[in-house]
Amino acid sequence: MNYLKVLLNGIVKENPTFVLLLGMCPTLGTTSSALNGMSMGLATMAVLICSNFVISLVKNVIPDMVRIPSFIVVIASLVTVLQMLIKAYAPDIDKSLGLFIPLIVVNCIILGRAEAFAAKNNPVASIFDGIGMGLGFSIALTLLGAVREILGTGHVFGVELFSDSYGALIFVLAPGAFIALGYLIAIINKIKN
Amino acid sequence: MKKLKSTWYNMAIVLTLIAVIAGGLLAYVNSITEGPIAEINQKNEDQAKKDVLCTDEIEILNETTINLDGKEFIVYNAGEKGCAVKAVDPNNASFGGDLTIMVGFDPDGNVLGYSILNTNETPGLGAKAADWFQKDGKGSIIGMNPGAKELTVRKDGGDVDAITASTITSRSFLRAVNAAYDAYRQSLGRGPIPAPDTQTGATQQASANEVVEVVEEVVDSVELN
Repeated sequence: MNYLKVLLNGIVKENPTFVLLLGMCPTLGTTSSALNGMSMGLATMAVLICSNFVISLVKNVIPDMVRIPSFIVVIASLVTVLQMLIKAYAPDIDKSLGLFIPLIVVNCIILGRAEAFAAKNNPVASIFDGIGMGLGFSIALTLLGAVREILGTGHVFGVELFSDSYGALIFVLAPGAFIALGYLIAIINKIKN
Repeated sequence: MKKLKSTWYNMAIVLTLIAVIAGGLLAYVNSITEGPIAEINQKNEDQAKKDVLCTDEIEILNETTINLDGKEFIVYNAGEKGCAVKAVDPNNASFGGDLTIMVGFDPDGNVLGYSILNTNETPGLGAKAADWFQKDGKGSIIGMNPGAKELTVRKDGGDVDAITASTITSRSFLRAVNAAYDAYRQSLGRGPIPAPDTQTGATQQASANEVVEVVEEVVDSVELN
């Protein structure tokens, strides 16, 4: 198996946000700024790598009929561990992302990759898939967050580009997330074809 | 290794084992992180006491726990500098669960400052409460005295500008401030302030608006789910 191919697959060919359209909820909810989007992407990636690895290791001892509840328990435990660690050792991240961390449990990308990849491939390939998908998700969220932040407030990563009195607040609010995401997907499809 | 068959026996064993291992892992991580988390919370609380009393050094003379409607309020008396009160919304009707705040009162009962200790509000909207009611915020409550006039949002006939699109959060926050004031008075042995007449026209009109706002905030929270 070509690990580089697995890695690139997640970032470009099957990008979870722009191509698979998985995990739309955190995508729309956390991208009010580029930094929030990136932190969420990286936190998801951490969980995705661990869950892919663990599930790939135990895939043979889990009977098919109970695989979904088993995967969910594994994923939920990993997310809770991550949340406790962030609370204890990175209180600043906890302040800005606090509420979104538990929501990683219900992110379809993680269960989707467990089901579609980790349950069928070896642990090393699963780790690479986790990194690839995680990076693809992080890049997409950072990009969307940056677009919304620039259009909405005139800032990106806290650096001022133009005065925020010219910003359109709608891009920071929910409708702007849908609009920006739609246009980004259209542009990326155009480039790819 | 061959994949296990989906027999009842196998499924029960595997699910139980996974749950036990996951539970054990969580208990272990919790035992490690419990200490640091409590430390951070304590540190935040100590900082909040100083912030809300607008001072760098405080000496807590005594600390009184007051029970109002089954909720616990802690009044930290800092003598001349005033009192910091750790309070929650007594109705517990904030949009996303418990809202815990720290409010500072000067000896006359005017609001000196506040700080939000714990909130599960919608980030970006309800979470704006951290700045909104501060001195240079849009709905400043600094200097107001809940004893002279109960703090309520403008829609309910009060003097405070509610956070845009987050009226429920604003109401919850102001209730917590008013309750903090009650606790503060009780800690001084002055008894509760008389309950204001709740059947004013403003309140009735407010309940009609409330439906609209619930819808607004639900729309906000859809973003999260």
